[in-house]
Amino acid sequence: MATTVAAAPTHAEHAKSGLWSWVTTVDHKRIAILYFFTALGFFFLGGFEALLIRLQLAHAGAHVVTAQQYNALFTMHATTMIFLALMPMSVAFFNYIIPLQLGARDVAFPRLNAFSYWVFLFGGIFMNISFLMNAAPDGGWYGYATLTGKAFSPTHSIDFWAVGLQILGIASLAGAFNFITTIINLRAPGLGFMRLPVFTWMTLVTSFLIILAFPVITVALIELMFDRLSPVPTNFFNVAKGGDPLLWQHLFWVFGHPEVYILILPAMGIISEVLPTFSGKPLFGYAFVVYSGMFIGFMGWGVWSHHMFTVGLGPLGDTFFSLATMLIAIPTGVKIFNWIGTMWGGAIRLTTSMWFAIGFISMFIIGGLSGIMHSSPPADTQQNDTYFVVAHIHYVLFGGTMLGLIAGIYYWFPKVTGRFMSEKLGKWHFWSTIISMNLTFFPMHFSGLLGMPRRVYTYQKGMGFELYNQMSTAGALLLAVSLLIFLHNLTRSIRKGDPAPANPWNGATLEWATATSPPPEFNFQKIPTVKSLDPLWHQEGPKGHKIDVGGTDGRGIHMPNPSYWPMFTALGMTVMMAGLIFGFGLGIPGGLLFVYSFYRWALEPAS
Amino acid sequence: MADRKRPLLPFALIALAVLAVLAFAAGDAATAWAQSSTYPQTTLEPKSEVARAIDNVLDGIVIWVIIIFVVVQAALVFTVARFRQRPGGAPARHMHGNTTLEIAWTLAPAIILAFIAVPTVKAIFANAKPTKGDVTVRVVGHQWWWEFQYPGMGILTANELHVPVGKTVALELESVDVIHSFWVPAFAGKKDLIPGRTNHLWFTPEETGTFAGQCAEFCGASHANMYFKVVVQTQEEFDAWAAQQKAPVAAPDSASLAARGLAIYQKGQCVACHMIDGVSYGVVGPNLGKVSTRATIAAGMFPNDDENLAAWIRNAPALKPGSLMTRQDQLSDEDIAALVAYLRTRR
Repeated sequence: MATTVAAAPTHAEHAKSGLWSWVTTVDHKRIAILYFFTALGFFFLGGFEALLIRLQLAHAGAHVVTAQQYNALFTMHATTMIFLALMPMSVAFFNYIIPLQLGARDVAFPRLNAFSYWVFLFGGIFMNISFLMNAAPDGGWYGYATLTGKAFSPTHSIDFWAVGLQILGIASLAGAFNFITTIINLRAPGLGFMRLPVFTWMTLVTSFLIILAFPVITVALIELMFDRLSPVPTNFFNVAKGGDPLLWQHLFWVFGHPEVYILILPAMGIISEVLPTFSGKPLFGYAFVVYSGMFIGFMGWGVWSHHMFTVGLGPLGDTFFSLATMLIAIPTGVKIFNWIGTMWGGAIRLTTSMWFAIGFISMFIIGGLSGIMHSSPPADTQQNDTYFVVAHIHYVLFGGTMLGLIAGIYYWFPKVTGRFMSEKLGKWHFWSTIISMNLTFFPMHFSGLLGMPRRVYTYQKGMGFELYNQMSTAGALLLAVSLLIFLHNLTRSIRKGDPAPANPWNGATLEWATATSPPPEFNFQKIPTVKSLDPLWHQEGPKGHKIDVGGTDGRGIHMPNPSYWPMFTALGMTVMMAGLIFGFGLGIPGGLLFVYSFYRWALEPAS
Repeated sequence: MADRKRPLLPFALIALAVLAVLAFAAGDAATAWAQSSTYPQTTLEPKSEVARAIDNVLDGIVIWVIIIFVVVQAALVFTVARFRQRPGGAPARHMHGNTTLEIAWTLAPAIILAFIAVPTVKAIFANAKPTKGDVTVRVVGHQWWWEFQYPGMGILTANELHVPVGKTVALELESVDVIHSFWVPAFAGKKDLIPGRTNHLWFTPEETGTFAGQCAEFCGASHANMYFKVVVQTQEEFDAWAAQQKAPVAAPDSASLAARGLAIYQKGQCVACHMIDGVSYGVVGPNLGKVSTRATIAAGMFPNDDENLAAWIRNAPALKPGSLMTRQDQLSDEDIAALVAYLRTRR
C-alpha cells in the first residue's frame, strides 16, 4: 500500500469482503476462519469415507467397494482426519484465540501464517487429487515398509501420500514456529507464563511437539521418497539390499506418538477454558494442569515402541516401553481429577459447550482406560491391529479431540461471529453425538477382542463379527445425522443467531476483553495490562485491576498489509513438489513460481 | 444448602447404579460371549499356557479398569448433577486448588498402575523364555498365504498348521515380501513376520481341534483373505498326517483324466510358481504336492471342493483381489477339469 501522508485513514481497516480479501488476508482471525471451514470440509470428506467403510463392513462378504478401494478408503480416512481435519481445526483455534488471549494484535509473523494456511489447503487438495487419478494412497496411515516399496506398491499411490505429507508438514512446522514466537514474545504486559490461559499453554506445548516431531517423519518420508522416486533408487527399506523395514516403524512412531498428543492437547486446553467459565470458578490446580500437560508432552517421546509390541523387541524393550506408557496415565488422570475438581463447588451452567466438555471427559476416560489395557504388552499382543485398537483411537480422537473441538466451537462462536449458536439445536447435536458415537465405537471393543483384525475389507460368515459390525454401521449413520444437525446449527447461527455481547459467558481470559464481538481487526485498541490469572474475574474490589482495552476507532494502529505472495509461494511450492512425482514439467514452473513469489514476499513492505 | 441437595441425590444415585450395572454387565457379557463357540477367533478363550498368561494379565487389568471407570464416571455425573446452577442456588465457591488432594490423586493412579505393571512384567518374561520346541515349524509369510515348513521332517505345506496336542511348538517366523503377523488367538498373541528377520513364538496347545488364525498386519490388497488353521491332533493322528505328507504319490494312469491334467500342469504356467515334488519346483505359490489333503484353498477362503478349485484355477484374481495367480483364459473347461482331477491325486 502506497503511503499517502495526507488524509491517512485513522487505521488500516482492510477490505472485509470479496474473494480477493480472503486470498490476501494476513489477519489471524480471518485465517482462522479459512482454516476452520477448510478443515470442516475435509472432516466431512473423511466422514464420507468412514460411511463407505461402515457400509462395506455391515455384512460378511459385502461388495459395496472393492478390496483396493477399501484399502484406499481406510488409508485416506485416517490421513484426512488426522492431518486435514483435526490438526488444522486445532490450528484454527490457535489462530483465532491465541493472539486474543495474549492481548496481542496478531501473530508474530502474519504472512507466514497465511503461507501455512495455503500450504495446508494445497497439500490437502494435492493428496486428494490422487482419487481422480485412480492412485489414492492405500498403504495404511502409518505406511509400513516394505509394503510401501516400489515392488509392492508400483503405482503413484504411495508417492501421493509421501509427498502430500511432506507438504502438510511444512504448513505445520511454519505454524508451530509462528505460535511459539507469538506466545513467547507477544504476551501483554504482566502476562507472565504462570498467568497464561491453559489453552495458550497447551498450544505452546503442542507447537514444541510439532517442531520436534515433524522433522522425524520428514526424514522417514525423504528416505521413502528416495527409495521410490530417485532415478537411482536407494535401499533404506529394501531388505534385499540390506535395508531395514523396522527403521521405518521406529522413525514413524517417534513422530507418530507425539502426534497423538499434538491431536489431544489442544482439545484438553479448550476444555480447560470451557469448564471454569461455565462452572463460574477458576480451573482447579492450574499449575498441576499445566505441568501435567508438559509432562505428557515430554513423556510422549519415550513410548513410541508401544506401537511395536508384536515386532519382537525382546522382553527388556517391551518392559521399558510398557512402563513408560503406564506412567503417562498418571498426568492424564491428574487432569481428569482437576477438571472434575473445577466443577466441584461451582454453579454449573449446562450450555451446549459445557455439555461437550463434560462429554469429552466422560468419553476420554473410556479411551484412556482401553489405552491402559494395551499398555501391557502381553494383552496388547492380542489387541494390537484389531478393532479393539480402532475403538481406542476413536474414543481418544473422536470422543476426545473432536468433542473438545466442538466444545470450543460452541464456546467461541459468539466471539467470532457476534452471534450465539442455537442452544436447542446444540442439545440435539450433543445427545445424538454421544449416543451415536458410543453405538459406533463401543461394539468395536467386542469385535476386536473376539478376533476381528483391523484393515480387513471383509470377513467370513461364521466368525461372529456381523452383529457388532452392524451396530457400528447403524451408529455411523446416526453420527452422520448428528453432524448434519451441527452443520445446520452452524450455518443458521452465522446468519440468524441471537446477537452476542463482548463477553457473553462471563469468561475470565483476555479474548473476552475485546471491545466487541467479533473483535475489531486490531483486537485491542489499547494493549491491556494483566495483574493476575483469570484477569477479567479480578477487576473489582480493593485488589482488583480494571482491564482497559480502549475504544474501537483504531486510531494510530497500523495493521500488516494484505499480501498474495504467501499464497503464490505456497502454490509454487506445492506444484514444485508435485514435480517430484510428475517430473520437471511441473517441477520447473512450480519452482520458478516458488522462488519468484518468495523473493517478492521478502521485498514487500510488511505494513 | 440442604434443600438444594435433596432432589439431586436420588438422580445421582440412580445414574451411579446404572453406570455400575452397565460396566459390570459389559465385562460379564464379554466373558459369557467369549465362551460361546460362535466366535472361532476369540482372544478370550485361551488354549495354551502362553495365551492363558496373557488372559490372566488382561483379566487383572479389566477389574481395575471397571473400578476406575465406575468411580470416575460416577464422580463426574455426581458433580454435574450436584453443582448444577439453579435459581436461588449457591454461587460458585472460588478456590484455586488443594495441594493435599492433588498429591493424593497423583499417587492413586500410580499405585493402581503398580498393580497392573507387576503381573505385566512377569508375563512378558514368562512368555519370552525360549523353549526348545518338540516340533519346530518355519512359517513363511507370502502375499497372501502361509507357508509351513517342518525342517527335519521334510514336510512343506500351506495354510494348515498341523501340530500334536500337548507338545511345544516352536515357530520361526519369516516373510518373503511384506510384513505379516501370525495370530492364532487361542494359543498366543501376535508376532510379526518381518522380511530379513526371524521372529520366534512358542506355545503348547492343550486341546485337539481346529483353531482359527489370520494375518493381523495390513499386507496389501488381500490382507483380509489371509486365513489359516491350526489343526491340533493327538500324537498318533499327527504322525499319520506327517506320514501321509511324506508318502510318495503314484503317477496317474496314462489313460486317465488325471494324466491329462498332469500334462497340462507340466506344460502350462503352473510349474513356474508351484512345487510338486518330482514334477515342478516353483517357489512362488503354495506347494501342491499334497494339496488334496488340505481342507481349504486360497489361504482359508474356500472349502477345497472340485467346484471351488476349478473356479480358482480359472480366475483366481476375481476371487481373491490382487492374487498373484493369473487368470487362465487359455484353458478350456475340460483342461481345468483335468487339472482338478490331477490335483485330486495329490493326497
